[in-house]
Amino acid sequence: MTGGGGAITLNGAGASAPNPLYQRWFADYNKVDPNVQISYQSVGSGAGVKQFIEQTVDFGASDDPLKDADRGKYPSARGAGPVQIPTTGIFVVFAYNLDGVENLKLSRESYCGIVDGSIKTWNDPKLTKENPDAKLPDTPITFAYRSDGSGTTAVFTKHLVKSCPNWKGGSGKSVEWPTGTGAKGNEGVTAQIQQASGTIGYTEFSYAKENALKVATLQNKAGEFITPSPEAAEKALVGVEPDKNLVVSVPDPEQKDAYPIVSLTYLLLYEQYPDSAKADALKKMVNWALKDGKAAVAELGYIPLPDEIATKVVTQLDTIKVASK
Amino acid sequence: MTSQDFSLSSGRSLKRSQMSFKTLFSNVMTGIAFACAIIALIPLVALLYYLLINGFARLGPQLFTQLPPPPYQPTSPQFNTGGFGNAFIGTLMTVGIASAISIPFGVFASIFLSEFARDTKLADSINFFTNVLSGVPSIVMGVFAYGAIVLTTKSYSAMAAGVALAVLMLPTIVRTATEALESVPKELRQAAFGLGATNYQTILGVVLPAAIPGIITGVMLGVARAAGETAPVIFTALFNNFWNLDPWKPTATLSALVFNFAGTPYKNWQQLAWSAALVLVALVLIANILSRWITQRKR
Amino acid sequence: MALATDNTQGMSWHRTATSRFLDKGFFWLTAAFGIGVGIILLAIAFQVGRDAIPSIQKFGLGFLTATRWNPVEDIYGAWTQIYGTLVTSFMALLLAVPVGVGVAIVLSEDFLPPRLQKPLVFMVELLAAIPSVVYGLWGIFVLAPLLQGPAMWFYKTFAGVPVLGSLFSTPPTGRGVYIAGIILAIMILPIISAISRDALVAVPLELRQAAYGLGASRWETLFRVIIPAAFSGIVGGVMLALGRAMGETMAVTMLIGNSSNPSPSLFAQGSTISSLLANQFAEADGLQVSSLMYAALVLFGLTLLVNILAELLVSRVKLKM
Repeated sequence: MTGGGGAITLNGAGASAPNPLYQRWFADYNKVDPNVQISYQSVGSGAGVKQFIEQTVDFGASDDPLKDADRGKYPSARGAGPVQIPTTGIFVVFAYNLDGVENLKLSRESYCGIVDGSIKTWNDPKLTKENPDAKLPDTPITFAYRSDGSGTTAVFTKHLVKSCPNWKGGSGKSVEWPTGTGAKGNEGVTAQIQQASGTIGYTEFSYAKENALKVATLQNKAGEFITPSPEAAEKALVGVEPDKNLVVSVPDPEQKDAYPIVSLTYLLLYEQYPDSAKADALKKMVNWALKDGKAAVAELGYIPLPDEIATKVVTQLDTIKVASK
Repeated sequence: MTSQDFSLSSGRSLKRSQMSFKTLFSNVMTGIAFACAIIALIPLVALLYYLLINGFARLGPQLFTQLPPPPYQPTSPQFNTGGFGNAFIGTLMTVGIASAISIPFGVFASIFLSEFARDTKLADSINFFTNVLSGVPSIVMGVFAYGAIVLTTKSYSAMAAGVALAVLMLPTIVRTATEALESVPKELRQAAFGLGATNYQTILGVVLPAAIPGIITGVMLGVARAAGETAPVIFTALFNNFWNLDPWKPTATLSALVFNFAGTPYKNWQQLAWSAALVLVALVLIANILSRWITQRKR
Repeated sequence: MALATDNTQGMSWHRTATSRFLDKGFFWLTAAFGIGVGIILLAIAFQVGRDAIPSIQKFGLGFLTATRWNPVEDIYGAWTQIYGTLVTSFMALLLAVPVGVGVAIVLSEDFLPPRLQKPLVFMVELLAAIPSVVYGLWGIFVLAPLLQGPAMWFYKTFAGVPVLGSLFSTPPTGRGVYIAGIILAIMILPIISAISRDALVAVPLELRQAAYGLGASRWETLFRVIIPAAFSGIVGGVMLALGRAMGETMAVTMLIGNSSNPSPSLFAQGSTISSLLANQFAEADGLQVSSLMYAALVLFGLTLLVNILAELLVSRVKLKM
């Protein structure tokens, strides 16, 4: 039942934003190489980074790149430093549940107001002005956020810091929210929105897509209203150079037609593995995912990794020590 | 006023009290008590009703032979596939480890309490510690096992969850086993000593066997509680999407599966959560009924 | 006996030496496990206490009254969670004690024929064993949607009332303190009624017969004789339930809304110490872990207090009688 002699089991934990993609990748890869079983737990980026540093997993995952403080705690037994690999692009949408309101448009002022609690009801003058055709009710707005430490929260709040002058919460994987309900994982926030009318919250696009939630059109830095789509989100990554840790940071993209809340998501690997079979399996899997996993990226609504970054990932992978075979 | 009233009335005529305040009061109170019972029954019956309705929707052998599926929409042809066989095994494994630790621990401790230290200050303080331990929130035990096992072995594991659950079961086992041992008649011990048996021979050969039904009752109650506990398991066993029989690796359990899947938007996962809850409740009820049956047979 | 000693005279010395050794070993073995129970408790307290030290040093007792829980700035205070723990537990007691004792009375008196009473008693005791996570699941999909309507009515009716209104001052949503309180009430109800019933049934028959003999009715007997006699047991059950409610994690985490914003409103989202731990423990590090441990220590202390209080109350009532 455990798979017999040659089986390699890899345990990973972390970000929930790419979880649907990772589950798909790992299940598909298990068909390609039945000897490799990868179990991934969507526990949130915060837990992913912590478990990675405490070496309780074979790999971690986070939407928020490792901070210097995290790098400082990297266990020296596992080599010089972490190997941080971007896998795909994600983008965060405002998903909502409000009967009869289809294409909600939110200006910067409006979504900042919803998040900081200054806009309390759906028929707030700001919202009615921007959505003259929608029948906005006088019911309260419930804002749904992440209760666990979340890379999605980090991506979202980094954008808020840039775009909302009144935002006081700072940015990070878990912040102090002035209003709303906390739920665990992108799954939890999505479920919360789905179950209660009048709720709006931030989730990774694929969750909204898969569960047929309505998503709001947002105003970007250039002032344009952009309907969320992988194509619009991809534009935010155009021409942006990754740093030496392969981090791409676009908290508030300038491009005229780019969707405003975009990031990459990362796998966290060790430079050295005590079990070389594991290192080998991980390397092969990531290489496979970058090439053959692209169909799943498009199908689930993620942003494909730009080619120049993908090439760099392949070189980065080589820093992982693998036993010569 | 009333007390004088009724002493007079009851002394003279029994019939006069029919329309009295006392009768009225009795009827009103009876009504309130029954209303309470009905109010209490509504949520409890509703819980069982929804558990059965939603849990049975997917009940079948595939639940115990298949692995948890990826999320599927109801329109997918694979919507009804998948199960939680690994979580079922994982629950048996974690509870098994917990029992293997807590039963000998608890039984030996209770032998000390009932046979060697009965009615001493030391026994009093151990009993106090046992009571306090049973009041420690289960999540704190998870935190403890995380620090003690997960961080030192550098892996989430069924073993870590087993340790947390063992601490949880321990007070129940100590209490019931001590009670059972203490209720073994003195004459049995005296007879054994009289035959020349030593302390340990008397206790292991005579007293312990006589107390076994009581001890099993306690063990069953402990098992029932441990099987359903979630808080100490989510930090320790984590979860696993695959089959796992290695006690030192992350392991899926039914209770963690219910927690993980209940909070998701996916219909097939929600249904699996209901089925897992039904299986969990069935396990708990079976353990409880067994313990009751053993107690009744003893009597 | 005589036979045994006669036949084995030669070997008996040897045997006794081994036996004595085994006997001693056995004693110390059981003693080690007996004392081990205490050591485990101390080990838990020690580990939690040790890990809490950095936070205790940084925030001191102010931790108990501060309301911010801000991992970005590393500023922590647990009053919101302490308040949430107390409010949900007391709300649960308020709802469950009268109903639970009522159930216990119905199931301990001869209102019902034994054929109906026995299975009901059995059912109540089994319900006490249903896992918390199952209540949480039911709460999400059945209870929370069901409570929305009545909660909205409460909000519209009472929000404007002075003082009392502050309890209902925010619009209810699908998650909140009130749902957590109600689910806890449902969860502790079987504990209260099972233990209270045991206490009521244990009252000696003579007391009841004496009261009836003096002409007391069933309810006079209950209120003046049986309930006072069973009081210590009932209080013990209530205290046990309170301890359970304060430490309860899963169902509360699934339903309370996990917000660290302090609000007096029962309809607002909130959090308890245990829900905070469940949400943040897996990912916290540094001062945040330490503060979580501090919060766990507070919870540990609260439950300890309740347990000791229960024992004191029970023994005082016993002395009185």
